[in-house]
Amino acid sequence: MSKLETREKLEPASAQPLYAARQKVYPKQVSGPVRRAKWAILIACLALYYLVPLIRWDRGPNLPDQAVLVDITNGRLFFFFIEIWPQEVYYLTGLLVLAAIGLFAATSLFGRVWCGFACPQTVWTDLFIWVERLIQGDRNARMKLDQQPWTGVWLRKKVMTHAAWLGIAMATGGAWIMYFNDALEMTPKFFTGQASVEVYFFFGLFTTTTYLLAGWAREQVCTYMCPWPRFQAAMLDENSLVVTYRAWRGEPRGKLKTDGIGDCVDCRACVNVCPTGIDIRDGQQLECIGCGLCIDACDDVMAKLGREKGLVAFETLAALARSEAAAAPVKPGPERFACGMAARTPPKFLRPRTFVYAGVLAAVVLVMLGSWVMRDTLTLSVLRDRAPLFVRLSDGGVRNAYTLKLANKTRNETGYALVLDGPRGLALVVQDAPLDAEGRPLLATKPDGITQWRALVTAPPGLRLPENVDVTFRLVDPRSGRAAETERSVFLGPKP
Amino acid sequence: MPTKVEKDHITGTDTTGHEWDGLKELNTPLPKWWLYVFYATIAFAVVWMIIYPSLPVFGLRGTSGWVARDQIAPILAEQRARQEPMLARIRAATPAQIVADPELRAFAMVGGRVAFANNCAGCHGAGGQGAPGGFPSLADDSWIWGGSYDAIHKTIAHGVRNTEDSQARASIMPPYGQMLQPAQIADVADFVLSLSGVATGADTAALARGRQVFAENCVACHGAAGKGNQLLGAPDLSDQIWLYGGTKAEVMRQIANPRMGVMPPWGARLDPATINMLTVYVHQLGGGQ
Repeated sequence: MSKLETREKLEPASAQPLYAARQKVYPKQVSGPVRRAKWAILIACLALYYLVPLIRWDRGPNLPDQAVLVDITNGRLFFFFIEIWPQEVYYLTGLLVLAAIGLFAATSLFGRVWCGFACPQTVWTDLFIWVERLIQGDRNARMKLDQQPWTGVWLRKKVMTHAAWLGIAMATGGAWIMYFNDALEMTPKFFTGQASVEVYFFFGLFTTTTYLLAGWAREQVCTYMCPWPRFQAAMLDENSLVVTYRAWRGEPRGKLKTDGIGDCVDCRACVNVCPTGIDIRDGQQLECIGCGLCIDACDDVMAKLGREKGLVAFETLAALARSEAAAAPVKPGPERFACGMAARTPPKFLRPRTFVYAGVLAAVVLVMLGSWVMRDTLTLSVLRDRAPLFVRLSDGGVRNAYTLKLANKTRNETGYALVLDGPRGLALVVQDAPLDAEGRPLLATKPDGITQWRALVTAPPGLRLPENVDVTFRLVDPRSGRAAETERSVFLGPKP
Repeated sequence: MPTKVEKDHITGTDTTGHEWDGLKELNTPLPKWWLYVFYATIAFAVVWMIIYPSLPVFGLRGTSGWVARDQIAPILAEQRARQEPMLARIRAATPAQIVADPELRAFAMVGGRVAFANNCAGCHGAGGQGAPGGFPSLADDSWIWGGSYDAIHKTIAHGVRNTEDSQARASIMPPYGQMLQPAQIADVADFVLSLSGVATGADTAALARGRQVFAENCVACHGAAGKGNQLLGAPDLSDQIWLYGGTKAEVMRQIANPRMGVMPPWGARLDPATINMLTVYVHQLGGGQ
């Protein structure tokens, strides 16, 4: 009986909502060094994104002269002087691995600088908020506008805002296409409706995602969609620089000119400017993207009050703990500030963690550099005929057929002599290939292309070989006489 | 079935009345919108079945007359139109001319490979390796009716021993089982095998008798040395390749009651360009002559 009663008092499961409704965030305008840095990075990132497809790079005739281009149709990736074939996509993988480790290293040193400054979501959201502010006014004006009926001024300003957002989104989607098509060729085709369905599809896709993510979803992308905030805590430790509120100095917060009150006057400037709508004074939070706008906002207020800046600051948790311990016994006032600040230790950048990240980073860079330097510009593939495995000839000999593919990744057109290393007596013939002065088949290559040949290897009737013999095809550079490329295969015959 | 709906007093939800060991199932029906979408899909399926071909019985084609073939037909026609200029050049050229032109050769090799897989691989194997029972290997260096471009082209176009094409390759090996004594057949089999260097354990007297039988009956087609005659499609008996098996029993059987391969005239089924491409492809399979 009593057990049942307690259970009945519990809230029924259906009464607990599974989703929290979004609290719309109206970030207030702010100025200061962090904001200036963010503008500079924003301009640099956007300029990079929009202008890189326009950079030209002369590669000679019949080749794209765009510096950075992913040529899907012809299966080539161009990056300035680098040209990569589809089978070398691991260079791209390597770059992504580098980016990931770089992100880990930066996070362990400086906290969420990527999130706060350079992430496309942050950059475009910042841009969209700037547009919003330009048309609808600052925080208070925007909040007031949203209270108004959906007519007149409201309609005009909202339409203008969304039109501007869509314009930026379309430019974003349009620029994306230029990384996969020649920008100068594609632009007129795009505007005259001659581009392919794929081009318009991806334009639409990136326009829509930009508009929705930067215009509507905003901080919800960081809080709910992005996996990075979930596991970045593993990169952070007490020595990482993070945006923190120096509670030891600010608390107890309260109205100005009240006795026994800390430096925080509870003006909520830090909350009002926050693009994710949180209160930094609550401590470290998942939602904080580490953009540091609250630092600018608080410094502004502190300067007006004639107090020291840095109530909210980039600070390590280790330094914060030391300050807190030192300042705890002191009463609020300038002495407590001096006491806490004196106890701080500068951020420790050289830590086992950062050494590990730096080491892994260096290792990956070295491996990638090494593989690039030793990259084969000529590859030989040998495909053994499987049907038939071998052919019995009329004189009792045995013949195997192979398809050879020569991939030449350079622009030069060179021929190579083909030599077969294997048991003595095996005879090599390459169909349709001319012979060089020494009687070896001379295989031509195609600049930046693949040539295919059919080779017949014959064992004469008297030669007794095991069922399975290793053979090696060797391409010899006729000028230097050195082996340019070797490839192993097998020669099969009947059971002896 | 309880007549009165019972309420679960903890959650306030109706129960279905089903009870297992004191646990009662709550009645939480599907959301209405879900149910209506489900009904809508059923209605949609009925309409769909009426309009489009849905059941492969009674010739049900749907009221719209829609056929998937109509979708692919213009694409195929477009592909054919794109290939036509190359096919026209291949049709006009001889196989030797095709091989001499790298562009034509590359096209013919691809087209020939496809045509071979579609039409020839059934008997001759995917790689032209042939099959036991008289389907000759096209990958070796032995050619029954000749391995030159012209000979291969003629064999493909007109076929072998068929009744449909008057120009078909034709020859008949008589059934010697009715003309020779079994001992004679054994002797000549020993002799024929000895031409290829196969030891059957026969003594010199038997080989001499075999030689005599061979000279009287076989040289007209297979030649004095057993080298065969490509004009007559008489196989070379002195090489190591045996169409119907190389044991003495198999050779005797072939002498007594010969089997002979038949091939349809592909000129009647494929267009001249395809025959040309097949010629080029088959020629390079085993290195033609």
